[in-house]
Amino acid sequence: MLAACVWLAACSGGRDRVTEGDATGVLHFGNGTEPQGIDPHAVTGIPEWHILGTLFEGLVTLDPVTLDPVPGMADKWEVSEDGLTYRFHIREDAKWSDGRPLTAEDFHWSWWRALQPALGNEYSYMLFPLKNAEAYLTGKITDFDQVGVHVIDPHTLQVELNAPTPYFLQLMAHHSTFPVPRHVIEKFGVPTDKFTKWTRVGNFVGNGPFKLVGWKLNKFLRVERNPAYWDAAHVRLNAIVFYPTENSVTEERMFRSGQLHRTEEVPIDKIPGWRDNHPDQIRLNVYEGTYYYMINVKRPGLSDVRVRKALNMAIDRKTLTETVLKGVQVPAYAMTPPGTIGYEPPKLFDFDPEGARKLLAEAGYPDGKGMPPIELLYNTLESHRKIAVALQQMWKKNLNIDVAMVNQEWKVFLNTRQNKDFTLARQGWIGDYVDPNTFMDLWITDGGNNNTNWSNKEFDDLILRRIPAMKTRAERLAGFYKAETILMEEVPVIPIYTYVTKHLVRSSVKGMPPNLLDYYAFKDIYLEPEK
Amino acid sequence: MSRFIWMRLLQAIPVLLAVITFTFFLIRFAPGGPFDQEKAVIPEVKRALEAQYHLDQPLLVQYGTYLKDLAHGDLGPSFKYPGRSVNELIASGLPATMELGLYALLIAVVLGMAAGLMAALYPNTWRDYLPMSAAMTGICMPMLLLGPLLVLVFGIWLEWVPVSGWGDVPGDKILPSLTLGSAYAAYVARLTRGGVLEVMSQDYIRTARAKGLPERVVIFKHALRGGLIPVVAYLGPAFAGLLSGSFVVETVFQIPGLGRFFVQAAFNRDYTMILGTTTFLAALIIIFNLLSDVLAAWLNPRVRGALEGKA
Repeated sequence: MLAACVWLAACSGGRDRVTEGDATGVLHFGNGTEPQGIDPHAVTGIPEWHILGTLFEGLVTLDPVTLDPVPGMADKWEVSEDGLTYRFHIREDAKWSDGRPLTAEDFHWSWWRALQPALGNEYSYMLFPLKNAEAYLTGKITDFDQVGVHVIDPHTLQVELNAPTPYFLQLMAHHSTFPVPRHVIEKFGVPTDKFTKWTRVGNFVGNGPFKLVGWKLNKFLRVERNPAYWDAAHVRLNAIVFYPTENSVTEERMFRSGQLHRTEEVPIDKIPGWRDNHPDQIRLNVYEGTYYYMINVKRPGLSDVRVRKALNMAIDRKTLTETVLKGVQVPAYAMTPPGTIGYEPPKLFDFDPEGARKLLAEAGYPDGKGMPPIELLYNTLESHRKIAVALQQMWKKNLNIDVAMVNQEWKVFLNTRQNKDFTLARQGWIGDYVDPNTFMDLWITDGGNNNTNWSNKEFDDLILRRIPAMKTRAERLAGFYKAETILMEEVPVIPIYTYVTKHLVRSSVKGMPPNLLDYYAFKDIYLEPEK
Repeated sequence: MSRFIWMRLLQAIPVLLAVITFTFFLIRFAPGGPFDQEKAVIPEVKRALEAQYHLDQPLLVQYGTYLKDLAHGDLGPSFKYPGRSVNELIASGLPATMELGLYALLIAVVLGMAAGLMAALYPNTWRDYLPMSAAMTGICMPMLLLGPLLVLVFGIWLEWVPVSGWGDVPGDKILPSLTLGSAYAAYVARLTRGGVLEVMSQDYIRTARAKGLPERVVIFKHALRGGLIPVVAYLGPAFAGLLSGSFVVETVFQIPGLGRFFVQAAFNRDYTMILGTTTFLAALIIIFNLLSDVLAAWLNPRVRGALEGKA
């Protein structure tokens, strides 16, 4: 046995994927999980988003530093004075990876498909800023010509919106709005059938800087440079290999042994070690996401805003993030992460046990006496448990309130939360685009993700009517500030921390700047062998 | 003999049907569905998704449809991976899991039998205590701990073998096979020791020795053959266990096998995938149990005679 080990070890020496990749221009990318698929209208996850960013391109792409829209399939566009009409000029040399020209008609058809009710496209709401798109998906109208997308000529696409939507161009860089190849999809079945084989290697056609060349389930997905891409000369990598790396401990080990250029995660316990020994290879960056607890405001005790405020003020977020979270995450005092297109959310409270006790006493529960029972619900995961335990102790120590912890398996948890059968429940929200709206429109009355029973007329009015009508960025941000002030004064939600992305990246990887969305412009990435 | 096999296969049908029925209804009664996720899905979209998978039909109709498709060998489409069938997913994961299971079984048999035999031949000496305490440790040590431990020693400190993968780099199959096989090797060692010790006290061994047969022949031809019956009876369920229980090893070592699908399917409420893998593994367990029964019968002259007499 031992002899066999030694012999095999002798043969395995000297093969390091990363070094080989540096020399041949192949990026080895740890991608979290096996992609659900690569049909842009059938998937929702982050790993899929990465892969689709190499295989397709939308009307625009994003600058990886500023996240501003830059030309993609459209080489230029005009916006009407009122911000309601966009005219996109599709570039003359736009082609599918099989060489077929890509036109405005392709976008029109793709959005028609994305909005087909029968398709069951979970990301269809990304097209809802389009005039009548929501009405079409929900079956209120059946004539697609009434939806705000029109082909003027093969290279001109006109889009009409419900309201001026400053983040609309950002949505055009998201995979839910990408063009899909009608000529291929229809060859393998009907457009609304997700179960055809059009996305298989050999059948698949895209329009991005890379094309699909290999896909082995649970092993890897490989893309290579697409010569038919309009900007092919600019693409610097020869290939990218995406690995499903579910287990972050294994992933970290793969990185250490030179099998990956980049990891999707870093186990939180390993972060201090990397920070001390290889600060050049660990990347921690603020992410467009918030971790929080929802409060069911209909529950006894919690229907009193003073109690909700007291719970909020009794949490020492600084200690929590520094100890339990190893100083990786950032304490949050509002829903919207700071720095979202220059927006700074209001900070209405701080850790204040004295003030919290006073509020609790005013509400009729001095020193926690007579407080109805509170349960803290989270899904079974060690990291959630640690946070719940810390909160439980802080509330006991600072308010003398006993909070029971309840954990449920993920899908059971989602079900309970959706049915509003909780007093406090954990949630994490990742923004779909960089704009406070993606964190604010959550909380409108009876919104699909607002499970708190909280409702405020002025807040609804701001989010649904007044802010969409505002013209300038400054005016909008002031509007959001006002809305978020209402939210944080009424406290249907207890923000805990702002997410931070955690990646290990080899120093040979260049052209991969950090940004709030953790967005990658794959065509800009290149490899420079380490010295 | 063949009548015995046919009877057993026929008996398997109601067992499988019970497994399918039980699993089908049990997973439907679990709270939460395949389309629940952190961001709520628009009701119209959710309805469309449910219609695509016929979840909008009465449960009994769905059950009937499932059985009908199953009779045609169709395990249905996966919920988690739209565009992939469960048949395809199982087929993609099976080779790696089978290979891993086979290597692990080989390690279990070779290591386990050698250790067990040594212990049985020198009972109550250090040559007994050493392998048996090692076996006890092997049984107690969870794979979740053993895997990373082996990786740390042989992969990272000594750098003898790769730390993850399956068939990418020479030698990357060693650690996973060893991790998965060791617990089974420990059981095999204990079973071998017990079996051989018992046989060694039998009359026919004394007879063999009295005939003046060399000790080598006594041990390997007579003692081992009889002593192995409990081991062989264990191997069938063990192999089935290796196939269905490889989840931890597959995750730790990044192996594209069936075990990962099996466990994730339950978390994802991927109904068809849960049913497909459960049914498939149940069928495998039945087949391997049958095989080990046949093998045990062949090794045990008394049972063999009875079976052949019947046939």
